[in-house]
Amino acid sequence: MTGRTTRPDRGGGLPPRSAEPTVPDQAAARRGQADQPPSPPTPAAEPPAADPAGPAAGSAGPAAEDAAIDRTGSAPGGDRAQYAVCAFLALVGALVIIDATRIGSALGSADPIGPKPVPILLGVLLLIVAAVYAVDVARGGSGEPEAGEDVDLTTPVDWRTVLLLIGAFLVNAVLIDRLGWVISGTLLFWGTAFALGNRHYVRNLLIAVALALITFYTFAIGLGVNLPAGVLQGIL
Amino acid sequence: MDNLANLLDGFANVVTPTNLLIALLGVTIGTAVGVLPGIGPAMTVALLLPVTYGMEPTQAFIMFAGIFYGGMYGGSTTSILLNTPGESSSVVTAIEGNKMAKAGRAAQALATAAIGSFVAGTIATLLLVVVTPPVVSFAISLGAPDYFALMLLAFVAVTAVLGASRVRGFASLLLGLVIGVVGIDQTGQQRLTLGIPQLADGIDVVVVAVGIFAVGEALWIAAHLRRRAAEVIPVGQPWMGRQDWQRSWKPWLRGTAFGFPFGAVPAGGAEIPTFLSYVTEKKLTKHPEEFGRGAIEGVAGPEAANNASAAGTLVPLLAIGLPTNATAAVMLAAFQQYGIQPGPLLFERESGLVWTLIASLFVGNLLLLVLNLPLAPAWAKLLRIPRPYLYAGIIFFASMGAYAVNASPFDLFLLLTIGLLGFGMRRFGLPILPLIVGVILGPRAELQGRRALQLSGGELHGLIGGWVSWSIYAIVAVVLLWPLVGRFVVRPLRGRLVTG
Repeated sequence: MTGRTTRPDRGGGLPPRSAEPTVPDQAAARRGQADQPPSPPTPAAEPPAADPAGPAAGSAGPAAEDAAIDRTGSAPGGDRAQYAVCAFLALVGALVIIDATRIGSALGSADPIGPKPVPILLGVLLLIVAAVYAVDVARGGSGEPEAGEDVDLTTPVDWRTVLLLIGAFLVNAVLIDRLGWVISGTLLFWGTAFALGNRHYVRNLLIAVALALITFYTFAIGLGVNLPAGVLQGIL
Repeated sequence: MDNLANLLDGFANVVTPTNLLIALLGVTIGTAVGVLPGIGPAMTVALLLPVTYGMEPTQAFIMFAGIFYGGMYGGSTTSILLNTPGESSSVVTAIEGNKMAKAGRAAQALATAAIGSFVAGTIATLLLVVVTPPVVSFAISLGAPDYFALMLLAFVAVTAVLGASRVRGFASLLLGLVIGVVGIDQTGQQRLTLGIPQLADGIDVVVVAVGIFAVGEALWIAAHLRRRAAEVIPVGQPWMGRQDWQRSWKPWLRGTAFGFPFGAVPAGGAEIPTFLSYVTEKKLTKHPEEFGRGAIEGVAGPEAANNASAAGTLVPLLAIGLPTNATAAVMLAAFQQYGIQPGPLLFERESGLVWTLIASLFVGNLLLLVLNLPLAPAWAKLLRIPRPYLYAGIIFFASMGAYAVNASPFDLFLLLTIGLLGFGMRRFGLPILPLIVGVILGPRAELQGRRALQLSGGELHGLIGGWVSWSIYAIVAVVLLWPLVGRFVVRPLRGRLVTG
C-alpha cells in the first residue's frame, strides 16, 4: 500500500481492490521509488486532451490509504486527462450506434436477431460506461499507471521518444512493400534504437542489417512466412 | 484408460527427433524471451506466433507448449535477479526471491524456482489429464444458451473480479468487444468497417494481441524509460543444499494445490494463489525470522503456485474454449490461426493434436529443468541487454509478425493504432486482459447468443437453458452485485481498521 500512494499521476485512491490481494508492501515499495521522495505530479497529457497537469495530483496521494478519505482530501478531478478517456469511450459508443443504424435489417432469414442489436447494445453500454467513468473521475477516482521493470513512473511522459518511435514505425509501414523487409526492417530497428536514445550509429546499423537478413532468411525463405523482398528481389 | 492410451500416443508423437528438437527450441526461445525484462508470458507467445506460421499444426503446438512453460519460467528468473517483475504473478516470487539473491543465495532461489516449477508443472499437467475429460463430457452436454452464459461469466469475471476498478475494466472489455464486432457479419452485412476493404475480414486477433501487448508496452516504456538500468545480481550454477530441499518440497506441493484450482476457474488467475501460498508458507515456516530477508519457502511455494495455475488455465481453454488469463487468450488466438477451435469438440475432432499438446507439456517441463539449471548464468546475462536494443527488437518482431499475418502494410497501421490504444490504457490504468478476452470471445458469444435466440424465435427466454445457465447467471449476479456487499459490509470494516 505504501508504494502505491507515492506514485505520481494518482490523485485519487483506487476503488478498493475487492478480490485482488494486496501485495505485501515490500514489493510495491521497492518498485523503483524506494530511493526517491514522493515526486511532483507528472505532467502527463494524452494527445486528445489539453494538459491540465493536475496540480493536486501528486500532493493528494500520500497518507490517504482509504479511497473514501482520499476522495474528500483531493481537489476534484485529480487527473483531469481522464476525461479524455470518457470522451473517447462516448465517441466510440456513438460511432458504433450510428454505424449500427446504417445496417439494413436482415429479417426474414433464419436469424431472428440479425447483425444489428449487438452493436447497438455495445454502443449504449459504452455511453453508460463513459458516464459512470466521468462520475468516477469527478469524484477523484484514478487509474494506476502500469509499472514495470524498465518503467520509471517518476519521470514525465517523454513525448519526443514516443513520437520518434512512432515515426520509425511508420517509415517501416510505408516502405515495407516498396523496398522490402530487409531494408525497411533495418530502418525500423535502427530508427527505434535511435529513438530510444542509443547513439552507436554504425554498430546499430550492423545489428539492424544482420537482424533483418537473419529474420528474412529464417522466416521468409526458411519457414515460408510472408515477408516481401522488395527491391532486393533476385538479390537475396 | 482410453485417455491413457491417447496420452501415450501423444508421447509417441512428441518423442521423434524432429519434434523433440522443436520442443527444445520452444522452451529455449520461450525462456530466453520470457527472461527479457518487460516481456511477460502473454507477450512472449504473441511475439513468437509468427515463428510457427510455416509449421504443421502438431509441430506448432509442440512449440507453443514449450513457449508457454518457458515464458512462465523465464519471468521468475527476471523477478529473482532483477526484482522488478512486470507480471503480476511474479510479484510474490520477487519478494523473497530477490532478498535471497541479494543475500548471496541467488543460486538456491533459482534452483528452488526451477525444480518447484518442474514439480508443480508435472503434477498440474497430470491433474489436467485427469480433470479435462470429465469437463469435456460435461461441456458436450451444454447447449448454446449455456455457452452464452459461460462467456458472459468469463467477461464479468475478468472484468469485475480481477483488477482494481470495475468501470475501467468494463471500459476495456467493451472496447475489446467493439473490436471483435468489426468485419462482415454472418448475414453478410458490414459492421464498423468504415468503408475500408481491409477491415471487411475483421481485425486479426494476432494483430490485436501483438499491438496491445508488444507495441503498447514498448511505447509505454519508451515514454517512461528508466535511464539508469536496474541492478542485476550475478549468479552461478543453481544448486540446493540438503536443508533447502527439506524446506522446499512441502511448499512446492502446497503451492501446486493452491495454483491448479485457481487457474482452472474463470478469473482465478495466478495472483491470488501465489499470494495465498506466500501467506501460508509464512505461517507454517519453522524459520519465520527469515521471511522478509529471503526465505526459500517464500520462493518455492509461490513459484509452484504460479506454474500450477498456468497448467490449470489449460483446462477451461482446451475443454470449453474459455481463456481465463492473458496467456491463455493469446494461446487461443494461436489455435485459431490454425483453424482449430478449442472446446469439447476439439477432443473428438483433433484428438491426436490435443494429446500431443498435453504430452509435449510434460516433455517441455522436463526439458526446462534440464535446460535451466545449467543455463541460468546465461539467462542472467540477457538481463543486461541494453534497453534500446530490447525495445527496438520488440517493435521489430511485432511489426514483422503483424505484417506476416496477411502480408499487408495496412495491418501495420492497424498495429500502431492498437498499440496507441494500449499505450493510453497503460497510462490511464485500464486493464489489458478484459480487452483481449473481449476481442477473442466476443464474436463467439454473439454467435452462441444468436443461435440460442434463433431456437426460441427471438424471444429472450431462449437465452436461458437448463440449470447450468441458471446457476451461471446466479454467479454473474453475485459478482456484479458484490460492490454493494462491499459498500455495506467490507468498507465499514476497512474504515474501522484504518482508524484503529
